Amino acid sequence: MVPDFNLEGIAIAGYDESEVGIVPNKSTTELYVDAMLNAISNAGLKPSDIDGVISGNSMVEHYRYHAEAMAEYIGLDARYCLTLNTGGGTTASALTSAAAAINSGAAECIVVAFGESMRSGFGPRAVEMIGAARGANHPDYEAPYGQTVPSLYALIGTRHMHEYGTKPEHFAAVAVTMRENASRNPKAQKRDIITIDDVLSSPLVASPLRRLDCSLISDGAGALVVTSLDRARDLPGTPVRLLGIGQAYSHHHITTAPSLTTFGSRVAGSQAFSMAKLSHDDIDLIGIYDAFTPCVVVTLEDLGFCKPGEGGPFVADGNIAMSGRFPVNPHGGLLSCAHPGRPGGIFTLGELVRQLREEAGERQLQKATTAIAALEGGIMSSHGTVIIQRDER
Amino acid sequence: MPDSAVEGAAAAKPVPPKIVPLIRSDSKEYWAAAADGRFVLQQCGACSRFQFYPRSLCHYCFSTDLKWTEASGGAEVYSYTRIYRPPTAAYRDEVPYVLALVNLDEGPRMMTKIVTDDPESVDIGMRVAVTFERIDDEVTLPCFRPA
Repeated sequence: MVPDFNLEGIAIAGYDESEVGIVPNKSTTELYVDAMLNAISNAGLKPSDIDGVISGNSMVEHYRYHAEAMAEYIGLDARYCLTLNTGGGTTASALTSAAAAINSGAAECIVVAFGESMRSGFGPRAVEMIGAARGANHPDYEAPYGQTVPSLYALIGTRHMHEYGTKPEHFAAVAVTMRENASRNPKAQKRDIITIDDVLSSPLVASPLRRLDCSLISDGAGALVVTSLDRARDLPGTPVRLLGIGQAYSHHHITTAPSLTTFGSRVAGSQAFSMAKLSHDDIDLIGIYDAFTPCVVVTLEDLGFCKPGEGGPFVADGNIAMSGRFPVNPHGGLLSCAHPGRPGGIFTLGELVRQLREEAGERQLQKATTAIAALEGGIMSSHGTVIIQRDER
Repeated sequence: MPDSAVEGAAAAKPVPPKIVPLIRSDSKEYWAAAADGRFVLQQCGACSRFQFYPRSLCHYCFSTDLKWTEASGGAEVYSYTRIYRPPTAAYRDEVPYVLALVNLDEGPRMMTKIVTDDPESVDIGMRVAVTFERIDDEVTLPCFRPA
């Protein structure tokens, strides 16, 4: 069943980020504030125009009422405040809530922001905090076996190789493509070109995944301004319309996942396509939550851009490169641009917004009218997929 | 500073203890049996199915008529990974060790460690049998070894 959800009058009117990468001189809150103010300015609005805040809290600087705390810190008069967390997929869930709030009149102009001083804020505990997968694993039936976040995604990689003959070279092609994209992004944390051999000779982390199959640890925040389409059309930039949103989960803990090669992204994707009344041919570019290289392979399959099992060759044949039919993550993704944890998804979606508004600078795609972002939280657990389109009046 | 989610994990100091489960009201029989060298699963009195992990109800039919049943201890590897970068220094001496999802002969899937001197030999479809790793007086982890 496709939810009857009115997105007709909803638009993204702005997007921007804080400094991203390694930003030791800014706290999580400061990163949040920078991104929020930059996005408000990108929309052509003033802080006094904002009456809603949706935020994703922080592991480093936790506030029980996080959205309220951000509104208070900046001095926003935000009557609608909501703190959300569905991990890496939170950006998509937040758009569902933002659209509902605008439709109902609860708010008119909402800033959706996610940030984390993931790399610098934890100090020496960073790797242990992140590597031990706190929150993503089951504390009793998974954690004691010495698992890590990469190892849980590695289980997906191993099974995909077994079922479909996917090779480490295929996963490596994802990393190589993301790095190539990042080389054109001045904000990216890693910009040096890498080869398949570089990936395959990087140290093993959890077989079959090697160091260059794993995303970065970064600092940074991103923010979107969501408002009514009418209001967005009065602003200087091009509005980006929300055409479809799908959400789905198939498990929390990877132990209970019904499959290791197809996930909630299949349901979320088909829901988003049905709601948008569009097909794959209409899509110009894709955003995928590329926490580890196999994520991109399985998500392309789940979204239906290729058949189950064909994701590896699909990537290796160049389809997701900037010159390919379906460019993925022109900014370089979590693998090469930045991965501050939970906020990762807003960079994925934000890049699509930039491309659709023709604000992507050196990496601007010639044709960028319609895009899809497939975001996930946990270990391919909680999925949110969004289809957006440049407003052509 | 490290570059990826995993580098540098081995440098964490001081060496912390291994991660242990919290023994809860819905799982105390499971852990008590393991400490005793027995591997038990919950079986539903209403639909007869076995489930993992332990819960207060059957997640297939929602019945609360569950009983602890001695499991065969037989399983098949569904997927696996050899871990080279452990979560904390407590696991450093064991690398590479094999983390696996195994399909128990009774039906459910669980996460476990495959105990073997030859981590490279573990493969999908491999038959494995339960074995136990004692952590402390309270906690013993059900693990598996090649059958």
